[in-house]
Amino acid sequence: MTTPNLTAAPIDTAAVDVSGLAGALWLIGAAVFALLAIFFIGLDQGMVSVFGSDLHVHEFVHDGRHFLGFPCH
Amino acid sequence: MERKFVLRGFASGALAGLLSFVFARIFAEPVIARAIDYESARDAAQAALDKAAGLPVAPAGAELFSRTVQQDIGIAVALVLFGMALGALLAVVFTLTQRGSARHVRPRTLALLLSGAGFVSVYLVPFLKYPANPPAVGHEDTIETRGSLYLVIQVVSVVAMVLAVQLGRALARTRGSWQASLLAGLAYLVVVGVTMALLDPVHETPGPLRDASGTIVLGGFDPDDLYRFRLYALGGQLILWGVLGLILGPWAEKALKQSGRPVVVSREPARV
Repeated sequence: MTTPNLTAAPIDTAAVDVSGLAGALWLIGAAVFALLAIFFIGLDQGMVSVFGSDLHVHEFVHDGRHFLGFPCH
Repeated sequence: MERKFVLRGFASGALAGLLSFVFARIFAEPVIARAIDYESARDAAQAALDKAAGLPVAPAGAELFSRTVQQDIGIAVALVLFGMALGALLAVVFTLTQRGSARHVRPRTLALLLSGAGFVSVYLVPFLKYPANPPAVGHEDTIETRGSLYLVIQVVSVVAMVLAVQLGRALARTRGSWQASLLAGLAYLVVVGVTMALLDPVHETPGPLRDASGTIVLGGFDPDDLYRFRLYALGGQLILWGVLGLILGPWAEKALKQSGRPVVVSREPARV
C-alpha cells in the first residue's frame, strides 16, 4: 500500500499540524468513541464481557457481528 | 479543521455503514436465515441423539431479540455505528498525516489511499486466514481462542502496514518510488505471510451428524452458503471502506479550500 505519491517526500520530523488543545481533544475523543464502538459491536459479551453474563448487546448486534467477520459464538 | 474532519468522518462513515447494511440486508440476510435454520435443526437432531443415548440434554437458550429485530434493526445499528467508528479513525489518521508526511499528496487521494491501506491491513489479511463465518459455523467453546487469533493477526497486519509505508518512503529517496513501492509491498506480504503460516488454523465447519450406528442423521453445513456468506461479508467491508474513502476525501478537501489554506504543498517551489 505504499504509493508513488507518498514515497518521494523527504522524511520529516514533526510536521503534524494540530491547532491547539481543542483540535487535539477532537482527535482523542473521536478515537476513544471509535474504539469503544468497535469493542461493543465486535467483542463484548463474546470472548470478554463488561456486563457479566448478560447477552443483550451480543444478541442485538448478532447479525452485524457475523457479517463484519468478528469471531462470534 | 480537526473538528470539521472528525464530524465529516462520522457522517461519511454513517453513510458507508448504511449502504453496507442495505447490501447485507439484501444479500447476506437470506444466507444467515438458512444458517440459523440449520443451527436449530442440528441442535434438535443432537438433542434427539443425546436423549436416545441417555445423555443429559442442554436446555435451549431464551430468545432475547426476535429474528426480525436482529435482521432489520440490530444489524443496521451495528453497521452504521461501525461505519462511524471507521470514519472517526480515518479522520484522525487523515488529520495527522495530511499536513505532515503526506503534505505533497492531494487530500482526496490521501483519504482513498488510507482507507485502502485500512481495508487491506485491518480486514482483508485477517479475513484470508480467519474468514467471516455465518451462524452455526464455529464452536461456542473456542470463542476465546478464535478471538485471540483474530486480534493477533489484525495487530501484526496493521503494524506491518505502518512499517511498510515508512520503509517505502525511506527507500524512495534512493531507489525511486516504483522500486520502493514494490519492495515495501513485498516486505508487508512476507511479514503477514509468515504470520499466517505460524498461527493455528481453525477448522470448525460442521460436518455430517451421525447416530451411534454411523448413519448420517443430518448433513453438514451447506458449502455454497458458506462461500456466499464469506463473499458477501467481503463485499460489505469493501463498501464500508470504499464509500468512506471516496466521500471523506473530497469533502475534507472542500473544507481545506474553504479555509483558504494550501491544499497540497508543492514539491518544487519554483513551479506553480
